[in-house]
Amino acid sequence: MLMEVKELSLSIGKVALLDRVSFSVDRGQVLGLVGESGSGKSLTALALTGLVRRIGGRITGGSIAFDGQELSDLPEPAYRKLRGKRIAFITQNPMSALDALKTIGDQVDQVSRLHLGLSRKAARAHTVDILTRLRIPEAATVARAYPHQLSGGMKQRVVIAMALAADADLIIADEPTTALDVTVQAQIVMILSELVRKRNIGLILITHDMGVVAQICDKVCVLYAGRVAESGPVGQLFDTPRHPYSAALIGCIPRECMAPGALKGIPGTVPSALNYGAECCRFASRCARADALCHTTRPLPHSQGAALVACHHPQGTAAQPEALDV
Amino acid sequence: MLGFAIRRILMLVPVFLAVSVIIFLMIHMLPGDPIDNLLRIGAGPDQRAALTEKYGLDRPLYEQYLYWIGNVVQGDFGNAIVQRRPVASLIGQALPYSLTLGGLALLVSTVLGITVGIIAASFKGSWLDQGLMGGVLFGSMLPNFWIGLLLILVFSVSLGWTPVSGARGWESLILPVVTIGLGGTALVARVTRVAMIDAQGRDFVMLLHAKGVHPVVIQLRHVLRHALIPVVTILALRIGWILGGAVTVEVVFARPGLGSLLIKSLNQHDYPVVQASLLILAMAVLLGTLLGDLLQAAMDPRIRDNLK
Repeated sequence: MLMEVKELSLSIGKVALLDRVSFSVDRGQVLGLVGESGSGKSLTALALTGLVRRIGGRITGGSIAFDGQELSDLPEPAYRKLRGKRIAFITQNPMSALDALKTIGDQVDQVSRLHLGLSRKAARAHTVDILTRLRIPEAATVARAYPHQLSGGMKQRVVIAMALAADADLIIADEPTTALDVTVQAQIVMILSELVRKRNIGLILITHDMGVVAQICDKVCVLYAGRVAESGPVGQLFDTPRHPYSAALIGCIPRECMAPGALKGIPGTVPSALNYGAECCRFASRCARADALCHTTRPLPHSQGAALVACHHPQGTAAQPEALDV
Repeated sequence: MLGFAIRRILMLVPVFLAVSVIIFLMIHMLPGDPIDNLLRIGAGPDQRAALTEKYGLDRPLYEQYLYWIGNVVQGDFGNAIVQRRPVASLIGQALPYSLTLGGLALLVSTVLGITVGIIAASFKGSWLDQGLMGGVLFGSMLPNFWIGLLLILVFSVSLGWTPVSGARGWESLILPVVTIGLGGTALVARVTRVAMIDAQGRDFVMLLHAKGVHPVVIQLRHVLRHALIPVVTILALRIGWILGGAVTVEVVFARPGLGSLLIKSLNQHDYPVVQASLLILAMAVLLGTLLGDLLQAAMDPRIRDNLK
């Protein structure tokens, strides 16, 4: 296994934000990390890259194994050598992710010069090569441009180029398409999934777009309020979602030939981390299936088909919108 | 970029003329005139009339202004009425002192201010940051002349390390430079700190950390470059201020300079000198602003592209 996260718990200050989160991703696999805003997806990405310390976060339990190495207690200097070289991170908004005062080339060069020790010239050649492979036209000219001279889609490719510049084994992409035009979104998604197959690397894709998940993910991990609601192969999740929350998320995907008014949202909002209950199902207040048990006992993950589901009353085998009518 | 510079310089011409009118009118609105200083005690009204006519002070104001500005444009500042020398030579004598003092003070406040700002921002919220910023706040509250007097008391009178006053040798520069420089340091440090903290919080910094770049490199090569843009603007604006604003310090240390020349000439109502000095200070402010704009464009590709 390339990366295996087991029962990871994390706090910022006294507030516990992640509660025993587990998932894994192997080479050649795409793992989708999904959930609404506030479910802990981005925080998980920061935890895996060791960047969570920068915002005052602290891993309070569990383990992160990367290629056999334990990362949860890795000192910062060692983590720094890993970041950008073996674990690459693609941040949320390409519009603001690049340094506006440096050229595109300088910013991509930085990675290979730092981690591969390439000379200025070799690094630039390497950069132009990667940009070309990401189908950026006239890559040498683009390398001399500044970020504000490029479109959003181009900038996102540049950020992806940085992730490739030192041949990372694992890419963690935090909502890489959210800030982009719909047409460009598809291109970026295709580029990412192609990279995984061709380079045999692992990809953790954080998104709240279930459509993207259906397109390129092999496995999915549904997060809700800092806990895993359901995780398993993408096929089963879409065909027979077991957790009412997974079903509700899938119900939020707009489809063609939908009758007007048929598209459902999920009522209510994700609870604030300050109000997380410990001994209950955190989805209970928004769930039609919830009963007294859900409000008093934490559901533990258990096998349901090929998936792990943390629900007292998982749905049956029929993929049904009954849970949508909450 | 060159086109922008030329456009900006051309735009200075009307501003320059407007400033010259304001300066001229302000000075002529002051009660009293230079003739008072020239007349001997007991002189009669006809002597006053003769002198007034000699210096053209009896003509209408607009005529006096046009005559003056016409000469100034040709590089002739005229003769000092009371000090009885060409204005150009009086200013030529004072300006190098002001430039040396102002330049060195600006250098001190730039280097020291930016360093303090970087340290404070890098350790934001720590006791180091709070200590430095507390010191800076305290320093900026003390008036210049008082710091000057205090420094003289300690380093010249008690310790005897530096001369008390005057402008002989580089030793006499130390205390005035420190006095003016400290005030500037406080300002530059505060602006640098705030600009660094703002830049540190931007998204691109997180991506740099994700690339595995060393935090010190991030601070100095990336964050600082963003932070320097507002700092450079402030510094450029201070150029004019430092040339003219050194008056109190020049008085405390009994140094010659543009500031003390201006004060002396104002007391004597020596119109041509006052007008010329004020005009030079105003030009320094205008050029400082221009320099700030040009530096900003040189540092930020986004601004550069907007100019095209």
